[in-house]
Amino acid sequence: MTSGLSIDPIDVRALEEGLAHRGHGAVVTFVGRARDRSDDARQVVELEYEVFLEMAESVLAEIAAEAEHRFGVAVAVIHRHGLVRIGEAAVAIVTSAPHREEAYAANRHVIEAIKERLPIWKRERFADGSEWKRPGA
Amino acid sequence: MSMRISVRAFALLRELSADRCELELADGATLAQAWDALAARYPAIEPHRPYARGAHNGTYAPWETSLADGDDVAFLPPVSGG
Repeated sequence: MTSGLSIDPIDVRALEEGLAHRGHGAVVTFVGRARDRSDDARQVVELEYEVFLEMAESVLAEIAAEAEHRFGVAVAVIHRHGLVRIGEAAVAIVTSAPHREEAYAANRHVIEAIKERLPIWKRERFADGSEWKRPGA
Repeated sequence: MSMRISVRAFALLRELSADRCELELADGATLAQAWDALAARYPAIEPHRPYARGAHNGTYAPWETSLADGDDVAFLPPVSGG
């Protein structure tokens, strides 16, 4: 299991290669990238994530361990904090398992748990200012 | 008797209060009472109470959690990761 918060860009390929289990035939990678549009269609210039680092590290490790235990998979997950440019990965989740069902289910579980309880906050920067992302999106 | 608690706030709640501060609370005070003390100092956070979550020593905790001298608490607005 790998989990962490990173201020530097995520090397998704390295994350996938880190899960080299010979008995795992299915590898699912989810990448959440910074979009150039907000939900109300405003032009976003970049994102900034504020994080409660100590707590986020333990919550993310707990989410990954929970998914590994519950679905019998291997998990590698990294979430960015600080400035994230448009097109860069804000979060990357790799799950591997003997078969695809568990790999997909575990991957979905990890992103939903992040959305629900990882103590991190997205700020969208526009050409004319910035705003905290409202919940529910 | 009273106790001192370290408080952190994040994102919108940080902007409306402070990044870090210390509160002096009565012995046996709860996380909810820590919020009330912070809101007394920074009234702008109070409307966000229904959406806020509290953390006690780095873990989400119910509002009725009893605090002890030297504890760390944090107040978190709805998270928006991913």
